[in-house]
Amino acid sequence: MAKFETPFLDQLETGPWPSFVSDLKQEAESRAKNERNIEYQIPQDCCDDLLGVVELSYKHGRTHWKHGGIVGVFGYGGGVIGRYCDQPEMFPGVAAFHTMRVNQPSGKFYTTKFLEDLCELWERRGSGLTNMHGATGDIIFLGTTTEQLEEVFWELGHNLNQDIGGSGSNLRTPSCCIGQARCEYACFDTQDICHDLTNEYQDELHRPAFPYKFKFKFDGCPNCCVASIARSDLSFIGTWRDDIRIDQKAVKAYIGGEFPPNAGAHAGRDWGPFDIQKEVIDLCPTKCMRYEDGKLEVNTPECTRCMHCINVMPRALRVGNDKGASLLVGAKAPILDGAQMATLLVPFIKIESPYTEIKETVIEPIWDWWMEEGKNRERLGELIKREGFQKVLEVTGFKADPRMIKEPRSNPYVFWKEDEVPGGFKRDINEFRKFHQR
Amino acid sequence: MAFISSGYNPKKPMENRLTDLGPRHFAEFYPPVVAKNKGKWLYHEILEPGILVHVAESGDKCYTIRVGGCRFMSVTHIREINEIANKYCDGHLRFTTRNNIEFMTDKEENVKPMKEDLLSRKFAGGSNKFPIGGTGAGITNIVHTQGWIHCHTPATDASGTVKATLDVLYDQFTDMKLPAKLRVSMACCLNMCGAVHCSDIAILGYHRKPPMIDHEYIDKMCEIPLAIAACPTAAIKPTKIEIGGKELKTVSIKDEKCMYCGNCYTMCPSMPLADTEGDGIVLMAGGKISNRRDAPKFSKVVVAFIPNEQPRWPTMTATIKRMVDAYSKDANKYERLGQWAERIGWERFFEKCELEFTHHLIDDFRDPAYYTWRQTTNFKF
Repeated sequence: MAKFETPFLDQLETGPWPSFVSDLKQEAESRAKNERNIEYQIPQDCCDDLLGVVELSYKHGRTHWKHGGIVGVFGYGGGVIGRYCDQPEMFPGVAAFHTMRVNQPSGKFYTTKFLEDLCELWERRGSGLTNMHGATGDIIFLGTTTEQLEEVFWELGHNLNQDIGGSGSNLRTPSCCIGQARCEYACFDTQDICHDLTNEYQDELHRPAFPYKFKFKFDGCPNCCVASIARSDLSFIGTWRDDIRIDQKAVKAYIGGEFPPNAGAHAGRDWGPFDIQKEVIDLCPTKCMRYEDGKLEVNTPECTRCMHCINVMPRALRVGNDKGASLLVGAKAPILDGAQMATLLVPFIKIESPYTEIKETVIEPIWDWWMEEGKNRERLGELIKREGFQKVLEVTGFKADPRMIKEPRSNPYVFWKEDEVPGGFKRDINEFRKFHQR
Repeated sequence: MAFISSGYNPKKPMENRLTDLGPRHFAEFYPPVVAKNKGKWLYHEILEPGILVHVAESGDKCYTIRVGGCRFMSVTHIREINEIANKYCDGHLRFTTRNNIEFMTDKEENVKPMKEDLLSRKFAGGSNKFPIGGTGAGITNIVHTQGWIHCHTPATDASGTVKATLDVLYDQFTDMKLPAKLRVSMACCLNMCGAVHCSDIAILGYHRKPPMIDHEYIDKMCEIPLAIAACPTAAIKPTKIEIGGKELKTVSIKDEKCMYCGNCYTMCPSMPLADTEGDGIVLMAGGKISNRRDAPKFSKVVVAFIPNEQPRWPTMTATIKRMVDAYSKDANKYERLGQWAERIGWERFFEKCELEFTHHLIDDFRDPAYYTWRQTTNFKF
C-alpha cells in the first residue's frame, strides 16, 4: 500500500516512454517488501517519501529541496552535494538526502558484476535511486543521510576500488565519447586519455583550488558526440592531417544502391535513390570533392574535415591515418555572460600516452594563469574574453595562427607591447622640441 | 535499522583511508569483441531503428541494441538491465552520453530474441521499460537535469517534462523519418547543468521573479557577503531595515537587474525564488554541437515563456511537436533544424512553426546582442 496518494505523478505512468514514476514506485515497493533482508542504513520508506515530496511539488509548482550547505567526505572538497527537504516533518525519510557523484569508467562500459556491486551498496546505504548518468558523466547516487557519506565512500574505495567524482570549484569528472572502443571515426583513444588525466589530476578533482569549475571532454571526431566544443573548458576533438581514405569500389556500391547512405540513418523515409552529387559533393562546405569518370576525389588541402561525406558513406570513406586532435578552450553554458563555444587553440597535436606535451604545454600553463588571474566564479572562457585571446598564446607559448580566428579584427586598436615598437615608449620631449615648436 | 560500520572510524578518519583512487579502468569492462577490435573498426550500419552492427577489420561483428532509459533509475531497474545483459550479452553493457542503454553482443542469433524480450517488458503503469530506437535521422533520448526530484533551484520538473515530451515524440524515437538527427535537451533552470544551449530543441526551466528575502532570518542563516558576491549581475546590496523596532542586517535586490538564476539562494537559504506563476518553460531551437557541414551553433530562444502545466505540460509538448512537424515536412535531407531555419530565414521559421514572435526574443543582453539584429535589407516578406 502506497504511503502517499500521488494523483499528479500517476498521470506520468501512462504513455509509451519509460515512466520514472513507475520505476520509483517499484523501488518503494521493493524496499517495503525487503525480500533480500537488507539492513537498510537509511529510512526504508525514503522512496515513498520521495514520491510524496515530488507529488507536493507537482501540486505547488515549486521545488521542496533546499541546498545542502557543507557536507562531504573528509579531505575532499567535492563529489558530494548536500540536499535537505523543506518539509522534513512530512517526509522524514528524505529529510537529508544527499547526492554522491561516483566517477564513471571512461566510455561507460560496465560488467553486470560491477553494476550489481554498486546496486548492492547503494540499496543498503542509500536510497537505491541513481542517475545513469549525470550530465557531466558521473554515476549519481541520489539520496543518503549525512552519516552514511563516509560509509559509502569507505566501501566504494575498500571493496570496489572506486572513487567519487568532482563538484564545486575544481576539476569536474572528465568524460569522453565511445571512441575507438566501438567507433570507426575516432581519431585517438578518448578513453585512455580521459582515464589518464582523471588520475593524473586527482588532487585538482577532489580539492577545490580553482576559481570555478573546469571541464575536460574528449570527442574522438568532429561529430562531437559528448559536446566537448560546447561545454568544456578544454575540449579535445579528434582530427587528421592526411587524405581521407577512399574505397572506390564501395563508393560505387553506394551509388548503385547496395549500401544505404549514412549507415542507414535515413531508412525510415523514402528519399529516392542516392545521388552522390546532390547528397555529398554539393553539400561539401569547401567544395573540395568531385566525382568524375567513376572516381571520387578529395582535394585534401581544401578539406576542413567536417565529417559529412564520411558520415554519408562510412563504408567508402575513412578518416586519414595521420591522426591526432584539435584542442579548443573556453566553452561554457550561458550563465553569466552568455554561452561560449570553445575557441581553437591548438590546430593539431598528437594524442599519445603519457600525454606529457599536453599536460606541460597546454593544461598546466593555462591552469597557472587562470588560478593567478581568474576571479571567483570566472570560467576560463570568461577570463579569456576579459584578458584577450593573446594572453592564452602568451601563457602557453603557441604562435598566433589564422586557424584560431574566423576573421581578423575589424578595428585597428592594437595594444602594442613596448618591446614590439623599435626604441620603446620612452622618448625625450626636449629632443622632439628641437624640431617641433610649441 | 541498526547502524553497521563499513570499517570507517570517525575518531580516526585517516586510518586506512583510501583516497585519490580515481575511476575503475575502462578496459576491465569491455566486452571481448570490443577489447579485441578496439581501434580496428571498419564501418557500422543501422540495421533497423535502434539496432546497429559494427564491423571490424578482423571480420568480427558487434551487434548493439540501443534502448532509451530514464536517467533517473532505481537499482531494481538496473538489476533488470543486468539480467538482460547476462542473458544475451555475456554480462556486458554500456550507457551512452544521452542516457541510452546499449546491449552489445557478437552473436547475431541473440539479436532477435533480445529485441523481443526488451520490447515485452512493461512497467506496472503500462509504459515500456526498454524502447528500442534513438539512432539515425530521428530523436534520441532527451538529456536532462534533476528538477523537482532533487534540486533546489529548478523552475520546472525535469523528469516529468521529458517524459511528457518523449511520449509525444515517441514515434520519432523509434523510426528514422526526420531529415536529420534531432537532439532535444532539458535543463530545469538557467544555470543549465544540462548544457542544453546547443540543442536542436532545448527545454529550459525559467524563473521570472526575483528572490524573496527572509529579513528576520537572513543575518542568522547566511553569510550576507557570500550572497552578495554570488550575484552575477551585482543586483544585491547590503542594507538595514527595521522590523518590530529592531534594526536588522539584510540585503536589497534591484529587481530590474535580477536574472533569476538562484545563485544567491544557493549561498543563502533566506532568498528563495521559486514561484508557481513566475516559473515555467522557455523553448530554444536551432543549436547543434557537430561540426558537420557547418560550425556548431547555439540554440535560440523561440518561445519566451510557457507556464508550468504539470503533470503533462500540454502547451509545451504541442509547441515542440509543431516545430518538429514543420521541420520534418520542410527541411532537406541531412539538414539539421538550425540549418533549415537559417536557410529559410528565421522570419519564415516562426511562420512555418506557427510561433508568435514577441519582443522578448530580441536579444538585449550585453554586447553580443547587437550581432543578432539584422543589418541588411535582405529579408523575406
